[in-house]
Amino acid sequence: MGFYLSKSRTVMHNLKPKLGSLGVMFHQSSGIASFSHHQESQSGLIKNLGAGSCNRPTLFTIWRSEHFKAEKQLDCKQNSGGPQISDELAVRMYTYMAMLQTMDTIFYEAQRQGRISFYVTAIGEEAINIASAAALQLDDPVFPQYRESGVLLWRGFTLQEFANQCFGNKNDNCKGRQMPAHYGSVKHNYFTVASTVATQVPHAVGAAYSLKMDRINACSITYFGDGGTSTGDFHAALNFAAVMEAPVIFFCRNNGWAISTPVGDQFRSDGIVVRGQAYGVHSIRVDGNDALAIYSAVRAARQMAITEQRPVLIEALTYRGGHHTTSDDSTRYRSAEEIEWWRVAQCPVSRFRKWLEKEGWWNSDAETELRASLRKQVLRAIQVAEQVEKPPVADIFTDVYDAPPSNLHEQETTLLETIEKHPKEYPPNFSC
Amino acid sequence: MFGIISHKLVASTAGGSPGQPILRAAVLAMMSNYSTATKQIMVREALNSALDEEMAADPTVFLMGEEVGEYEGAYKVRFVNSPLTPVSKGLLRKYGPQRVVDTPITEAGFTGIGVGASCHGLRPIVEFMTFNFAMQAIDHIINSAAKTNYMSAGNINVPIVFRGPNGPAAGVGAQHSQISSHWYSSCPGLKVLAPYSSEDARGLLKTAIRDPDPVVFLENELLYGESFPVSDEVLDSSFCLPIGKAKIEKEGKDVTITAFSRMVGYALKAAEILEKEDLEAEVINLRSIRPLDRSLINNSVRKTNRLVTVEEGFPQHGVGAEICASVVEENFNYLDAPVERISGADAPMPYAANLERLALPQVEDVVRAARRACYRSVPTATTA
Repeated sequence: MGFYLSKSRTVMHNLKPKLGSLGVMFHQSSGIASFSHHQESQSGLIKNLGAGSCNRPTLFTIWRSEHFKAEKQLDCKQNSGGPQISDELAVRMYTYMAMLQTMDTIFYEAQRQGRISFYVTAIGEEAINIASAAALQLDDPVFPQYRESGVLLWRGFTLQEFANQCFGNKNDNCKGRQMPAHYGSVKHNYFTVASTVATQVPHAVGAAYSLKMDRINACSITYFGDGGTSTGDFHAALNFAAVMEAPVIFFCRNNGWAISTPVGDQFRSDGIVVRGQAYGVHSIRVDGNDALAIYSAVRAARQMAITEQRPVLIEALTYRGGHHTTSDDSTRYRSAEEIEWWRVAQCPVSRFRKWLEKEGWWNSDAETELRASLRKQVLRAIQVAEQVEKPPVADIFTDVYDAPPSNLHEQETTLLETIEKHPKEYPPNFSC
Repeated sequence: MFGIISHKLVASTAGGSPGQPILRAAVLAMMSNYSTATKQIMVREALNSALDEEMAADPTVFLMGEEVGEYEGAYKVRFVNSPLTPVSKGLLRKYGPQRVVDTPITEAGFTGIGVGASCHGLRPIVEFMTFNFAMQAIDHIINSAAKTNYMSAGNINVPIVFRGPNGPAAGVGAQHSQISSHWYSSCPGLKVLAPYSSEDARGLLKTAIRDPDPVVFLENELLYGESFPVSDEVLDSSFCLPIGKAKIEKEGKDVTITAFSRMVGYALKAAEILEKEDLEAEVINLRSIRPLDRSLINNSVRKTNRLVTVEEGFPQHGVGAEICASVVEENFNYLDAPVERISGADAPMPYAANLERLALPQVEDVVRAARRACYRSVPTATTA
């Protein structure tokens, strides 16, 4: 098969200048031959997935715009004998998607009002956040980038805890050390968000290696965007995971934009799924706005990663509905129409709600009630967090090392003396 | 401890003056009084034994890096003293490929993976073929390892050790001769160690592996093959040296010379030469660059009133700069002479043997600096 591929590639390469984009499509489909070959060896669950299965031409941009239609999606789900999920789980997933959406909207407004300094929304990626989390267990360590707060939300981090971190108050479990939205929680097996791009990808592989050595029935999962796949860390991590046979899920949120860089300027490969293949990692592409597709894919990937002790890559195609962060204004580099189209036509929360309503598990009354309740809860969390005082001065000096060294004790003493001598030069809302 | 005494005595008996043979006999007598005679082991063996013992004691300790697996066949027999013999010799055979992991070539990659593994309960030892290549991984060392305990509010520990040869070897050119001691030492959250002797190597590596914080362990390629005497205490599997404590290799009263790694040997040789001129230098082996043993250094300067720092690295912002600042801040009134820093030349390391020699500190440079500090010669004009 390898020989066949290289031969066909040479032919296609010669044809390419003549056929233009059509030639590119053929080039890609020869790659598909090998992918389908991989696919056959996978569990039936993956083959039954909706629009995500790669049996069609996968020229990336064409596929995204043509095959993303909600009704088509619903049909696929009904016909394909998709995942069996209970009404309870489905309603719970929807509730959390709505919760994430509400939290993001209100926290974003709070930043605009100057009440917090910074925020990162996951608007448009609620399905990725909640559905992937729902398919995992608490034993699976999560190594996030920064647009996966929904995973932490699902695992039980409360709205109050989110607010405390954003306000950096003394109840913040991160002790005011981090920018807003850089959450972390040992209790929820969610590794602290770092601003560095894609450094979490090899970390997840290392943790997976640890799980493998200890023979624990769990896998690690790491999330990253389309931009993160350009980094050296991404490539090293995939290569290592394949060689070390580490039980890790690489989840790429391909949302079309890396700040202002569109995917066309980020890479020229057929998305990210072929990169996983290139390293010998089983890879699949799914519709990132289809909660059920994501749920199925992650469930199957987890099963494969743990029982076969191997890495799996999932590329979820979606759209970054909000700005990169509150420091960005995306209307400067993309059209408002584009943003609006995705918000209206492809919103994963609305799509899932329509499906729930069709199943008879949701209605407009429940919707109104939920939305009102969520809004109240989020606003209250912000109000409470804003009033709590800031962390104590001692928290500057702890955790630099496991045990504080003498020079930091000295510095702390000096600082406290200075504060006592010149109280007017220091803000009032913290304790010593 | 006994090993140190005999080492010092043996060093001082190296000269050929008449009184020496008696001293030498005394040393030998002392040694034979104890059934536990001191052994001589190479630094490479010291490191290997430390790795072996820690891996045996704790199953979460594992080694990863390029070429850490063993070369089979000719190398381990014929080239047992060669620089090619890895420090990790024999470990692969003993502990298997799960615990001695040969990695693909990407320092950034395997460093990141090591940090991830250490976040989740393992204790990796990441070996860099040399610390020059660690520059590819420096983001993970600083941003992922050093800062994580702080940024996660104490929730994520990173008990990782980064080790490998640091600094110039012999004729390896600019890209293989970088010293990174001062870079890592400026970063809070890291501990930085630089062993000199076999005792240092064993004790400090064992402590580093057991330490809950990330440790940068800077070895020296040219020291791997050097032998040092070690006592039974050092050879015991529980032997550890504390981090943050320097060692006075040779006591003196006229001038303090601080050094680390290979330069300790140079400082000791300089001290021997100075002794003939009735200048007794106190040689301090720093052992720990971060945290620096400021109190020991300052105590020594209060005694001698003069300071010379020695290092192989580039002069600007080096380890000596920090030591000078510390001494000037705390003991300005005790200094009888300006502090002098001996360092490598402020240029990328040239290859040609004569140029390389000129670009690195030599024993004579240390001797001359000590003389200047003691006003035995006119100070040279300092260049900007």
